Amino acid sequence: MSETLLDDLYREIILDHYRAPRNRSAIDAPSCSADGSNPLCGDQVTVDVVVDGDRIADIGFHGNGCSISQASASMMTEYAKGRTIADAHAGVEAFQRMMNTGEAPGIEGFDDIDALVGVAKFPARVKCASLGWKTLEQALVGRADPVTTDERSQ
Amino acid sequence: MTTRLDQDQQQDRRAPFDLERIRRDFPILKREIAPGKQLVYLDNAATSQKPVQVIAELTRFYRDHNANIHRGVHTLSVEATELYEGARAKTARFLNAARPEEIVFTRNTTESINLVAHGWARKFLKPGDEVVITEIEHHSNIVPWQMLRDERGIVLKYIPMLPDGMLDLDYARQVIGPKTKLLAITAMSNALGSIVPLHEIIPMAKAHGATVLVDGAQSVPHMAVDVQALGADFLAFSSHKMLGPLGIGVLWGRYELLDAMDPFMGGGDMILTVSMDRSTWADVPAKFEAGTPSVADTVAFGVAIDYLSNLGMDAIRAHELELTTYAMRRLADVPGVSIFGPPRAEDRGGVISFELDGVHPHDIGQVLDTHGVAIRTGHHCAQPVMSALTVPATARASFYLYNTTAEVDALAKAIEEVSKFFGGAR
Repeated sequence: MSETLLDDLYREIILDHYRAPRNRSAIDAPSCSADGSNPLCGDQVTVDVVVDGDRIADIGFHGNGCSISQASASMMTEYAKGRTIADAHAGVEAFQRMMNTGEAPGIEGFDDIDALVGVAKFPARVKCASLGWKTLEQALVGRADPVTTDERSQ
Repeated sequence: MTTRLDQDQQQDRRAPFDLERIRRDFPILKREIAPGKQLVYLDNAATSQKPVQVIAELTRFYRDHNANIHRGVHTLSVEATELYEGARAKTARFLNAARPEEIVFTRNTTESINLVAHGWARKFLKPGDEVVITEIEHHSNIVPWQMLRDERGIVLKYIPMLPDGMLDLDYARQVIGPKTKLLAITAMSNALGSIVPLHEIIPMAKAHGATVLVDGAQSVPHMAVDVQALGADFLAFSSHKMLGPLGIGVLWGRYELLDAMDPFMGGGDMILTVSMDRSTWADVPAKFEAGTPSVADTVAFGVAIDYLSNLGMDAIRAHELELTTYAMRRLADVPGVSIFGPPRAEDRGGVISFELDGVHPHDIGQVLDTHGVAIRTGHHCAQPVMSALTVPATARASFYLYNTTAEVDALAKAIEEVSKFFGGAR
C-alpha cells in the first residue's frame, strides 16, 4: 500500500474528527440508544438519541476504537443532529451505499462524510467506518440486540 | 534408538546459523509491499513464511507421485503412502515420540484439541469432573471445554494470569486438585509470548493423576520439544506456524490413550470392517484420519521439519531470544510505546505485544503496512488476556528464524512514523 493510498484513508478531516470528536458525550435520559462493537478489532460505540416528534433533537456517542470508527461516528452525529428520523435513515443507507460502491453519494449534508469514501478501498476497515451508522440505525429502530459489524469473530 | 554417536553426527551435519543464507530460502521476504518498501514480516505467531524447499515439495508431489494413499497396489499409490507415512515418522522423531503411530494428522491445532475433547474427554469425563485451563489460552483451548461443560456438566476452572503475563503458580496449586481430570494448557501465550513453566505445572496435575493436554502451537515451532521429557499426554500444534503448509495439524498422544479413544469422524480409511449392521475401527492413528487427507501438504510438512532439524531448534531459540532482547530494548526507546507481558526476554518467545499512546492498534497496523511492516493487531483470539490487561486490543510483532535486527530497527522507525502521523491525537 502506498502512502498516497494511506492519505486517501486518513484524510485530514477524518483525523480532525478523531482528535476532536463532535457530540462525544453520554446523554442522561435518551429516547433511545444502542451499543455497537467490532470484537475482532476492539471498536466500540454507544449512540444515545433524543427524539422530539419526528426529529433528532440531540445525539451523542461515546466509546473507543480506531480512528476510522470514532471519526465516522463523530461525523454521523453531526449529520443526524436536527434531522428527521426519515433523513437519518436515508443517511445511513447512503453511507452504506458509499462503502459498497466506493462512490460518494453527493447528498446534502454529506460534505465532510464524503471524505470517508477512501475507506471503501480497504475492505478490512469498512466495518470500522460503518459501526457508528449501524448503531444509530439500531437505536432508531429500537432493537435491544447489540450491533456488530464483524462478519465473523475469531 | 538414537545413540550418542548418531546425535553427535547429526550435530555435525547441521548447517551453521547463516541468516543471509536462510533468508535466500524465503523468496517472499524480497517482496516489495510499497515502492521501495521491502516486506518486513513480523506476524509469525499467526503463520510463518515457507522456504523454497517446502514449496518445491508440494509441486514435486503433484508432478511425480500424486495418488491416493493406503489403497492402491499401483506404484504411485505405494509411493504416496510411503511419503505420507514418512512425514509421520519424521514428526515422531522431531518430538521424540515413542512410535510414529502416536502422531495423528489433523487440519490444525484447533482440530487436534477438539479431537481430544470429542474422542477422549467425552468418553472418559463424568459430570463434576474438573478440567483446568488458564487465562492465557487461545480461544481454541477455551471454547471446546466450555462446550463440553455445557453438554456434559464437567466443571471448568482456570489458572489466572499475573499482571506481567505469567501464570499465578500459587493459584495453580490451589485449583489443581483431586477432582482435576484434565489440565489443558498452552506452552506459550500467543498474545504475550509468555513461556509457561510446564515443568512446574504438569507435575501438579500428575500428582493427582490428571491427564495433560499441551497446546504447543506457539512453542513447537520455536523451541525443542521432547514429549518424553514434557510429561504430558497430548500435544497439539500446527504445520503452518513452523514453515509447513497451511491446513495440517498434529495431535501427538500416548499410544494407550489414543487406543482407548473413540473416533471423531466416521468414514473411509478409519475402519477395519464395515457391514450394513456395524463397523469396527481401524488401529491408531488411522482411526482418527477418516477420509482422504491432504497428502501433499503433509509430505511438504515433513520437509519443513527437515529444515528446522537441520538448523537445530536450540539455534533457532537462541536466535529468537537475541532478537527479542534487542527488540524489547529498541522499542522501549520509542516514545509512547508500552510493552505488555513478561519483562524478561528469557520468559517469552519471540512475541512482543505493545500499545502506542493515543493510537489504536488497528491504526498502527495500517500505517506500518505502508512501510512494508506486517504485524498483527486485535485481540489475537485471546480475549480473556485483553480483559486482564484492560485493553480492547494490542499490536503484536512476532519473530521467526529469518528475522533480523535490521527488521526490528525498521519496525521501531515505522512506529515513530505512526506517532508523527497521528501526532496530537487524543
